[in-house]
Amino acid sequence: MTGPLAPAFPTVDYGALAPVLIVLGAACLAVLLEALLPLRVRGRVQLGLTLVAVVGALLAVIVRATSGAPAVSTLSGAIAVDGPALFLWGTLLALAVPSVLLLADKSVEPGGAFLADPVALGEAEADQQAREKAGVGARSASSGSSGRAGGSSGASGARLTGRGGRPVEGHTEIYALVLFALGGMLVFCASDDLLTMFIALEVLSLPLYLLCGLARRRRLMSQESAVKYFLLGAFSSAFFLYGLALLYGYADSVKLSDISLAAAGSLRPDSLLFGGLALLVVGLMFKASVGPFHTWTPDVYQGAPTSVTAFMAACTKVAAFGAILRVFTVAFGSTVWEWRGVLWVVAIVSMLIGAVLGLTQTDVKRMIAYSSVAHAGFLLLGAMAITPAGLSATLFYLLAYGFTTVALFGLVSLVRGPDGEATHLSAWAGLGKRSPVVAAAVTFLMLALAGIPLTSGFTAKFAVFSAALADGMTPLVIVALVVSAVAAFFYLRVVVLMYFSEPAADGPTVSVPGPFTTVAITLGVVVTLLLGVVPTAVLGWADGLSFLG
Amino acid sequence: MSALLLALLLVPLIGAAVCGAMATREDLDRAGRIVGLASAAVSLVLVVVVWSQFATGPGTPRFQFALSVDWIPAFGTRFALGLDGIALTMIALLAVLVPVVLAFAWADKLPPGRTGSGFTALILATQGVLVGVFAATDVFLFYVLFEAMLIPMYFVIGRFGGPRRQYAAVKFFLYSFLGGLIMLASVIGLFVASDTRLGEGTFDWTALQGMAAQLPLSTQIWLFLGFFAAFAIKAPLVPFHTWLPDAGAEAPIAGGVILLGLLDKVGTFGFLRYTLPLFPAASQELAPLVLTLAVIGVLYGSLLAAAQTDLKRFVAYTSIAHFGFIALGIFAFSSQSLAGSALYMVNHGISTAMLFLVVGLLIRRGGTSAMTEYGGVGRVAPLLAGMFLVAGLSTIALPGTNSFISEFLVLLGAFPREPVFSVIATVGIVFAALYMLWVIQRTMTGPLRGAAVVGDGPGAASAATFGGDTGSGAGTGTGSDADESWMRRTTARFGDLTRGEVAVLAPLVALILVLGFFPGPVLEVLDPTVSATLSEVGVPDPVTPNGVPR
Repeated sequence: MTGPLAPAFPTVDYGALAPVLIVLGAACLAVLLEALLPLRVRGRVQLGLTLVAVVGALLAVIVRATSGAPAVSTLSGAIAVDGPALFLWGTLLALAVPSVLLLADKSVEPGGAFLADPVALGEAEADQQAREKAGVGARSASSGSSGRAGGSSGASGARLTGRGGRPVEGHTEIYALVLFALGGMLVFCASDDLLTMFIALEVLSLPLYLLCGLARRRRLMSQESAVKYFLLGAFSSAFFLYGLALLYGYADSVKLSDISLAAAGSLRPDSLLFGGLALLVVGLMFKASVGPFHTWTPDVYQGAPTSVTAFMAACTKVAAFGAILRVFTVAFGSTVWEWRGVLWVVAIVSMLIGAVLGLTQTDVKRMIAYSSVAHAGFLLLGAMAITPAGLSATLFYLLAYGFTTVALFGLVSLVRGPDGEATHLSAWAGLGKRSPVVAAAVTFLMLALAGIPLTSGFTAKFAVFSAALADGMTPLVIVALVVSAVAAFFYLRVVVLMYFSEPAADGPTVSVPGPFTTVAITLGVVVTLLLGVVPTAVLGWADGLSFLG
Repeated sequence: MSALLLALLLVPLIGAAVCGAMATREDLDRAGRIVGLASAAVSLVLVVVVWSQFATGPGTPRFQFALSVDWIPAFGTRFALGLDGIALTMIALLAVLVPVVLAFAWADKLPPGRTGSGFTALILATQGVLVGVFAATDVFLFYVLFEAMLIPMYFVIGRFGGPRRQYAAVKFFLYSFLGGLIMLASVIGLFVASDTRLGEGTFDWTALQGMAAQLPLSTQIWLFLGFFAAFAIKAPLVPFHTWLPDAGAEAPIAGGVILLGLLDKVGTFGFLRYTLPLFPAASQELAPLVLTLAVIGVLYGSLLAAAQTDLKRFVAYTSIAHFGFIALGIFAFSSQSLAGSALYMVNHGISTAMLFLVVGLLIRRGGTSAMTEYGGVGRVAPLLAGMFLVAGLSTIALPGTNSFISEFLVLLGAFPREPVFSVIATVGIVFAALYMLWVIQRTMTGPLRGAAVVGDGPGAASAATFGGDTGSGAGTGTGSDADESWMRRTTARFGDLTRGEVAVLAPLVALILVLGFFPGPVLEVLDPTVSATLSEVGVPDPVTPNGVPR
């Protein structure tokens, strides 16, 4: 777009950038509203604004994708709005809808997960007990429990009120944070130069660190997870930046296409190129929780509020793999034979770590975390095959995996003991008897993660594995299939516990989800089923996309 | 025409959905079971209609009742169904066995919190998926249904099974799932190969058959091994068999009949439909390996069957021996042995179903599956013992029973090409007589023992042993009195077959005898498919048209 004679101010294709502008604009607006609006209405307005922004941006993506507008590189080539970018944007925004709904739900936990101060927490609990005494709180299906966890106010519209009628509000800034993180993700997977990518990485990461720690009034672990995530994340950002610097030294440019050009036919020393690539990849793999850069994943997944975990697990993975795909294809596609061997090892390590350590987990959230590490390995298979089939398979996998994960975390948040969520596996024994619908949904999603046919998990795995096999990665595919069988064991263990074991006497209860959570879970389950049975439309969209440059 | 096949697939699935919807309501239990039986009856009628319309003359297409619609164009998969003779006989066997097991399960005591309609739903779902597995003519569709059939059977074992059901269900699932995943590698491999050779990726069986046979031998061998792993686990060949005794022993009787009688047949069916026609060169190259495993299976299964002390595990091990025979017939590549194997698949389904059901009737009375807890059952329940004998003799292929024809055909057809393997396998027949007659002798004849005496479940074991000791050892004047009084007590508690139970077994007894004397109609349906398979493998038939070995 901008040659040497172009004016100093870069041309901006507002139409192409509309989704990003909508989300980031709404994020700024949300910050203003946070300061200006009275506490009483803040939560509702923020939620409305967030949903409108996300859905609006999603519509903008759909309009753009269906209009057949050509791929453009805009903002002086900083952002490329091409086919894969639009697909990733659509995926991210579509996943953001159920994630935001889970964040907003306050029916499962009185006052929501994000209570702002300890006084409010006390009030919320007192209020809940008063409601139960008065018989207002609708008891959930099981009656064998004690304490506040047993009850759940049926409708999310029923707002808690503290002393003197003052509404008890959680952190309403979560919405602004989510919007910023989402905006960062959108830019991250569309950025066409490394510097933009780095800034986007920071924009998406910082709000996530905060979100992880925001449930600290409920659980100390939340705070711990935020610190861990922040410290390790800062390291990985440093790696990324160092790699960027080396690559700049090599190619004299941070643009992906320039790096590719420089690598294609130059006599410059390769050590800068591959050193830079290695460091860059460490940063990217960290975000995508590919083993062995996964160490933060189980702790953070377990510690963060479950709704934040859902958002993080689904959307961060999409954004990170989107960026990985772009970097591999655009910047390093010409040198693929020289670095792919290393990534073979990374992929195998990731799959093995995920499957083997997943076997030993006794906590549902940690188990899903290790499962996500194994899935990252599978995704890497598709991302490494620098072919159109590999690209479309990876894109499809991201969409399928995201919806399954969001719905699964939504369900995890429903199973509650006296001290909040009961995520220990033993607490899930006999769930099939207590709550057949929840157990059936969890079973279906577990089967999807295991990759059983007629679920999206199978379609996605099939696409990725066939792309990898066609690109000559047969040994990797064999490892992946064996790992799938091993991983199936721990998914099945949950099913065994739920259906074949007798429930514990003082087991947890299953809260009746509010409308927001119900919608989010239903959406995830339906998409998982549809993508398993009739994936044609989405596969068709993913097929034939190609990066610009 | 093809609507009939679609109906065969959908009727059980719809029945399963209706029963499943009723499964959570205890009060609808009876209604759910009736819906299930009705659905099974409709399937049976449909099969009869399809059988009568199935053309067997020369020049019939490879697949009849064919149906094909686009499913996932991006992968080149189609929802394609079609019937050949082998698939039709398997589906017919399924349609006969499902009503029988549902009727049998009517009187079963269920574990607490489980409903009969839930069980019916799972059995019907298995039936529906199995029809799809046998009828699929698209390799992708076959794979999908191959894995999907694990799920209802997993819940049948896990929810309705014996004390170690969790272990058995997970073992069953993981073994089969692992085999399926290895097959998936080969399925993808076929797809990729078709993409490069035919210009576009396809899963159509006919297209792949033409293409895959041209692949170089090394590629064929790798792809063959992937399919072989899945099928060898499913139709358990030693050493991939260890899940079967566990699953068979822990499954409820009705579920076990479907598992041993039909689900496992998918393995041998897969050999006939996929490994042989798709990879002819590899099949011939690796035939000695498979034949070795098959013969080891015959001997090992027979010997271990003789050593079992648990009736259900006993039946499972006899099946392993029989699967060895079937595999021997398939990989001997002659028209007689192939036809024998295909017929064996039907006959083994009938005999094993009968044997497993009789064992179930025994367990229903005695409360345990331990052989040592039974003795002299023939004295208190002669009809039951008679049924056990019929089932047992059919299992060991006595002339005049159905299995004789098929076992004879297998050995006769295998001998010209593989004399050594055939002779060794023939030893298995002797072992079969040994294990079966031994069990009949121990449980059905001799002095009354164990559960047959007190008929009160496993807890009664010690009292029973005590009684047996005094009865035989002391031999004093009071001994015969005591014998008499036990007789009276046992007749009260350990009754013979009721009319309903006889009615459940009657169709199977009839099939055993009818197919023992008149296998013609079934062989007639199998023959065109068998000769098609043989020509797809591309080896000369060692048997001349008039049945004499060359």
